[in-house]
Amino acid sequence: MSEINTQKFEPGTHPDMSPPVTSVGVLGWLHENLFSNVFNSILTFVGIYLVYTVFAPLIEWAFINADWVGASENRDDWSRDDCTSGGACWVFVNVRFQQFMYGFYPTEEIWRVSLSGLVLALTLAWLMLPKLPYKGYAAAFGLLIFPIIVFFLMGGGVFGLEPVETSIWGGLSLTLILALVGMVAALPLGIILALGRRSDMPIVRALCTAFIELWRGVPLITVLFMSSVMLPLFLPEGANFDKLLRALIGISLFQSAYMAEVVRSGLQAIPNGQYEAADALGLSYWKKMLFVILPQALKLVIPGIVNTFSELFKDTTLVLIIGLFDLLAMVQAAFADPKWLGFAIEGYVFTAFVFWIFCFGMSRYSMSLERKLHTGHKR
Amino acid sequence: MAESPTSESMPSKVSFWRDPQKRALIFQVIVLAAVFVFIAFIFNNTLQNLEKRGISTGFTFLQNEAGFGVLQSLIDYDETYTFGRTFLVGLLNTILVSLLGIFLATILGFIVGVARLSHNWIINKLAAAYVETFRNIPLLLQIVFWYFSIMPLLPHPRASMQISDAVFLNRRGLYLPDPVTEPGFWVVTLAFIVAIVGIVFMRRWAHRRQDETGQQFPVFWTSLAILIGLPGLVFLMAGTPLTWEYPELKGFNFRGGITIIPELMALALALSIYTAAYIAEIVRSGILSVSHGQTEAASALGLRKSTILRLVIIPQAMRVIIPQLTSQYLNLTKNSSLAPAIGYPDLVAVFAGTTLNQTGQAVEIIGMTMGVYLTLSLTISAFMNWYNKRMALVER
Repeated sequence: MSEINTQKFEPGTHPDMSPPVTSVGVLGWLHENLFSNVFNSILTFVGIYLVYTVFAPLIEWAFINADWVGASENRDDWSRDDCTSGGACWVFVNVRFQQFMYGFYPTEEIWRVSLSGLVLALTLAWLMLPKLPYKGYAAAFGLLIFPIIVFFLMGGGVFGLEPVETSIWGGLSLTLILALVGMVAALPLGIILALGRRSDMPIVRALCTAFIELWRGVPLITVLFMSSVMLPLFLPEGANFDKLLRALIGISLFQSAYMAEVVRSGLQAIPNGQYEAADALGLSYWKKMLFVILPQALKLVIPGIVNTFSELFKDTTLVLIIGLFDLLAMVQAAFADPKWLGFAIEGYVFTAFVFWIFCFGMSRYSMSLERKLHTGHKR
Repeated sequence: MAESPTSESMPSKVSFWRDPQKRALIFQVIVLAAVFVFIAFIFNNTLQNLEKRGISTGFTFLQNEAGFGVLQSLIDYDETYTFGRTFLVGLLNTILVSLLGIFLATILGFIVGVARLSHNWIINKLAAAYVETFRNIPLLLQIVFWYFSIMPLLPHPRASMQISDAVFLNRRGLYLPDPVTEPGFWVVTLAFIVAIVGIVFMRRWAHRRQDETGQQFPVFWTSLAILIGLPGLVFLMAGTPLTWEYPELKGFNFRGGITIIPELMALALALSIYTAAYIAEIVRSGILSVSHGQTEAASALGLRKSTILRLVIIPQAMRVIIPQLTSQYLNLTKNSSLAPAIGYPDLVAVFAGTTLNQTGQAVEIIGMTMGVYLTLSLTISAFMNWYNKRMALVER
């Protein structure tokens, strides 16, 4: 038996006692988060079992038992025989990496694609890092000048650059082009549609509403079918677009409807006082919109725009159905090659990883923006 | 005294170009004219192009013989049926996969959404990992992943996975026993309908009694007992008028029973896993949207935890959840159009794919396909607007 402490204290002079061990530190955390009651403890064990049965084999397959490089010095000699460990065969992805990124773009011209990508990354970094100044110029550059640069840089035919047909563009670079061009083209169109839908003029409003609901009501794949099959019928004799441009037109129209709804939500969020104040100053409709309403509304909807962009980015994979070679189509073509037959899982996992990085990054970015824009509403 | 301005010194009207109403009118007329000219231009070009390529127009092709088979059909169909029939077959297949996907996605989504709110750290993180993984990977990639890389890993028909001798799973598909109703089965159906009507009346009675006397009645358990008991009893008394047709291995493949083809399995699986990630987030945000004060007020009234959940939190969360849930269902239905990537014979694959290739009548076929999806979307969004108006909180 331990000795009973009989020491007496004056009221208020007793030293603080340490909290019970089960409520602080590691034990406290475990108790609160994993074993607070019987049901919770059962759930914890089920969870641990799930993690063990799903993640352990996955990690073993993808990392521990995986083959990353071939035995030979020369990359061209790497083959399926280099995969001996029984896990994932990343040699396949390694060998085809250039195709996955650049499609069939000629090897000696690849620097042009890489340069475009570098400029894109720098522009985005400029826009996203909060400390850098002149964001307006960066946005203008990204939306107006950058697409023209990329068009001439990748297409060639000027300044002594070798012309490169769009039919051999492909891989991740094509995916990015589809998503970015769709976005850049959809933004102004979406703003005009959103303004039209909120206009006082009944005919304009009806036309814009009909346009938006039409595109939002149909799946993207039928839009792509339409642009690839019906667009040539719509054009007069002689005029013809290449496949990529047709897909881009379809994607831009489709995306503009979604963009219009995002912008409209921003327009609705601007308090009426702003509209009335602009009217009181005697501003015309366009001045009111350009200098008072839109700058505020667009700032509000940046997270929404990023979200629709990430949806569009995922949806660009659909172009493989109309025969364009985006990242997913390149990967599928690669494991259909008799030399590498049977590596579908590796190919898909790699593609999924690439898309995941982009989309997850975007969703985190939009969440952090939301937090930054909505201050002081939290409970 | 200053002269007050008279009607002669002031212009009676603002100048024509400064009148906002007239300007709006002119602007709209111009827009309308531009749209008409544009449409006429396209219409004209299309007619010329079609004529030049020798493609016929109109919907008479729907009566022509199709001449191609379809992998799966819910109604009688073979090569001799018409293109109109293929449209119907494709439409039904689209509806089938959508309903299946909606059913699975809702169950999975609610489970994950609730798990996402769990206080248990590991369950919470697992649910978060599920949502973040599947939401950020393109749906098409998930569909082809399940179809081209997981389905071939299933065993051959001779080595099928099975549950007793009734359910078989192999790379040719999933085989389920098929219920075959015998002549007396209508009595059971009738009993089922009677049970439902009875439950409705019982609930009303219980509600009224609680309002009047305060006595509660175990509505849920009684409903369940009636729902299962009455048809079950009738079923036994009628001499079990239902038999099962089991799938059997004959030669290299299974015969009999219900066959779920691998295309349908992969598509429904991918659609429901992908959509469930979105539904989970909707459920989570819906439950979190019920303000904490509501829960506190309910516990202050002395309600039990399960009662609070059932009577206070869920009804309010549903107000937020249902509109978003409907739009996810709509998205799932539209996403089922990715079926051609793996060859599942849905509307787009059968009609906008094969039929279009055979007839070449792009305008009519794409128009009809888009029309189906558009009708569906507009109907559902009209219903949602009505629902939102009905459910909206009546505020001061």
